Amino acid sequence: MTIQELESIRKAKSDLIKVRRIVREEGEKLAKKTGYRKQVLVCGGTGCTSSHSMKVIAQLEKSLKELKLDDVLVVKTGCFGLCSLGPIMIVYPEGAFYSQMTPEHVKTVAEKHLVKGGEIVKELLYQGTVMTDGSIIPFAETPFYKKQLRIALRNCGVIAPEDIEEAIAAGDYEALQKVLTSMTPDDVINEMLASGLRGRGGAGFPTGRKWAFAKASEGDVKYVCCNADEGDPGAFMDRSVLEGDPHCVIEAMTIAGYAIGAHQGYIYVRAEYPIAVQRLKIAIDQAHQYGLLGNDILGLGFDFDIEVRLGAGAFVCGEETALMTSIEGHRGEPRPRPPFPAVKGLFGKPTILNNVETWANINPIITKGAKWFSEIGTESSKGTKVFALGGNITNVGLVEVPMGTTLREIVEEIGGGIPNGRKFKAAQTGGPSGGCIPAECIDTPIDYDNLIAIGSMMGSGGMIILDDSNCMVDISKFYLEFTADESCGKCTPCRIGTKRLLQLLTKITEGKGETEDLGKIEELASHMKSSSLCALGQSAPNPVLSTMRYFRNEYEEHINEKKCAAGVCKAMLNYTIDKEKCIGCGLCAKNCPVNAIAKTDYVAAGHKLPSMEIDSAKCIKCGACLANCKFKAIERK
Amino acid sequence: MEQCTMCGTAEQLKKLHAVIDEAKNTPGCLMHILQEAQGIYGYLPMEVQKTIAEGLGISLSEVYGVATFYSQFSLKPKGKHRISVCLGTACYVKGSDKILAEVEKQLGIKCGECTEDGLFSIDSCRCVGACGLAPVMMIGEEVYGKLTPDMVKGILDSYREEK
Repeated sequence: MTIQELESIRKAKSDLIKVRRIVREEGEKLAKKTGYRKQVLVCGGTGCTSSHSMKVIAQLEKSLKELKLDDVLVVKTGCFGLCSLGPIMIVYPEGAFYSQMTPEHVKTVAEKHLVKGGEIVKELLYQGTVMTDGSIIPFAETPFYKKQLRIALRNCGVIAPEDIEEAIAAGDYEALQKVLTSMTPDDVINEMLASGLRGRGGAGFPTGRKWAFAKASEGDVKYVCCNADEGDPGAFMDRSVLEGDPHCVIEAMTIAGYAIGAHQGYIYVRAEYPIAVQRLKIAIDQAHQYGLLGNDILGLGFDFDIEVRLGAGAFVCGEETALMTSIEGHRGEPRPRPPFPAVKGLFGKPTILNNVETWANINPIITKGAKWFSEIGTESSKGTKVFALGGNITNVGLVEVPMGTTLREIVEEIGGGIPNGRKFKAAQTGGPSGGCIPAECIDTPIDYDNLIAIGSMMGSGGMIILDDSNCMVDISKFYLEFTADESCGKCTPCRIGTKRLLQLLTKITEGKGETEDLGKIEELASHMKSSSLCALGQSAPNPVLSTMRYFRNEYEEHINEKKCAAGVCKAMLNYTIDKEKCIGCGLCAKNCPVNAIAKTDYVAAGHKLPSMEIDSAKCIKCGACLANCKFKAIERK
Repeated sequence: MEQCTMCGTAEQLKKLHAVIDEAKNTPGCLMHILQEAQGIYGYLPMEVQKTIAEGLGISLSEVYGVATFYSQFSLKPKGKHRISVCLGTACYVKGSDKILAEVEKQLGIKCGECTEDGLFSIDSCRCVGACGLAPVMMIGEEVYGKLTPDMVKGILDSYREEK
């Protein structure tokens, strides 16, 4: 494909895409020009697919056929961000945001809204878009969306990721065109350096410097790798980018290949992400067909190709040297650094490795310029960060905010606060390598350095909100179970250290903790941090250390009073039946998995049947009795 | 190491050889071959690992080392319906441990095991990325979200009926 052809595709479909970015009157006008009266976008990301969005699409297509509405375009997109409300469907040009759709609902919307002269079906809309006076606002103006700034996610939920022409019309391959026609490799690297972009995978190393090192390395064979082994449980930003806009990653890797002098790229992606893998493969095939990947890209003489490699479920493979060992087909164990991958990486050749979200930032920096990018964010952290907001929060989903946004804005405004009338306790960032941000730090502007200063880290972007029903000792134990299980075993401080730390935490949650255990944890943690081979072991103690820093009282309570205030640590719980409230229905005994509940001889005043009693020696504290008692007669202390 | 004497059909073996022949000249192909082999056999019996080692001209210990390093690979057969309960953070803070306990109770087996009739096996996994639906479990390719323990029995029964 030539540059002219690329530009003509971009022009032909650009109005179609633009309708999805602007709303109200302007959108209405533009829609008329496109030939489609309405466009219906349905999320085909993992979240919505899991809540059966494919059935929604099937019904939609069926209804449109029956109603003979051939001027309505159906687009299967990537993630819109608000995953807890799936399946999600947006109708443009109105920007009407329908949530939790069923095939029945779709039929109604088609018959009442999509037909000529139809009206928005208010009762099926996401209620956050319906104002108290009955007026409707577009999704883009809701509190969830308003504070966001979408750079990495710019095309997610906007385009059909399986159609390269939509990607091109939305701006993909514009940066590549600019780079290959008007920039030298040094220009590209200087632009990256000037932008201040730091790696979004967790450590925050300046991307431009990484590229400059690799370019300076001697050698005719070099590699470009993409880390899509998103192992932090609870993080799904990278998956959404791959599912929603795979071409942006392909394009950015090609640009990096040009900058450092590499002709081969590898994308290492989790096998647990089947939709992302499939879309990546489709995108690579299409890029080949259109001459945007392979030999002589755009007829400009540069060769670059990309291969997809599947991970097989090892958290340590998110570490750069382990990832490369895994691509080489071995056990994914890390290697000592130096030599750094920029000097000696994949197959012993100079290699750069960036994470998906980092790649997603490259193209806008090239097209809009480093200056534009560096004006967003804080002094030390430029641009935006995508967070996968999860846990005990109303709006679970993906959010992208400028660096420097406070946790309060994310939790209370974008996230919609804590559900079920509970209280915000902490936000966990950085997953098993990170820590907790307690309520007293909720107004800290989030950037790389601030998070480290308060004992957590940016990590790849998982943000789990914890409320007062979560026990901090239990959460640390959860992460240590994870790292102990995922430690690759190569170095002793990590292999044994994680096990010993886990033993100490288990002891505390079982009510057997002793005062000196806290000192032991701190000592062991400092050894692990200083002597483990890779980041997995070096950062494994972080969840414990950060919770001990802010919630030491909870640890002390567990040790000294044998009490778990959140009611999570089972060994410290006791279930009892209030004899006066119990009517003797026996439902608790029926549901008890270990037959620990039996009748007593006592009949309370006003009741006919004798009340029940729990044998604490037999009780396994599962809580089944409490969950099933309709008379609130069972207490947990 | 446990020896395997009954390893699939001639057709499966033919497929395995085809996979090995196609991939063997690609650098770092071992993981890809193991993934394909597991797709063919459902797990990685010792006999299959030996065939791969011979096909690639590498030692069995190297193949075994890789097969046991990654959690995706299984050396034991799995159930017809593979249940995978997500124990990722987002699911965990929403009580996925209780879902796992209920599945174990309903089937009378522990995580990592397979029922005697070969119908179900249970595993835990780390995040399928459907955190918006937490807590989540997968049976085969199907994702079940926003679970409560009392939903588990009904879901399992629907698979028993289709048996």
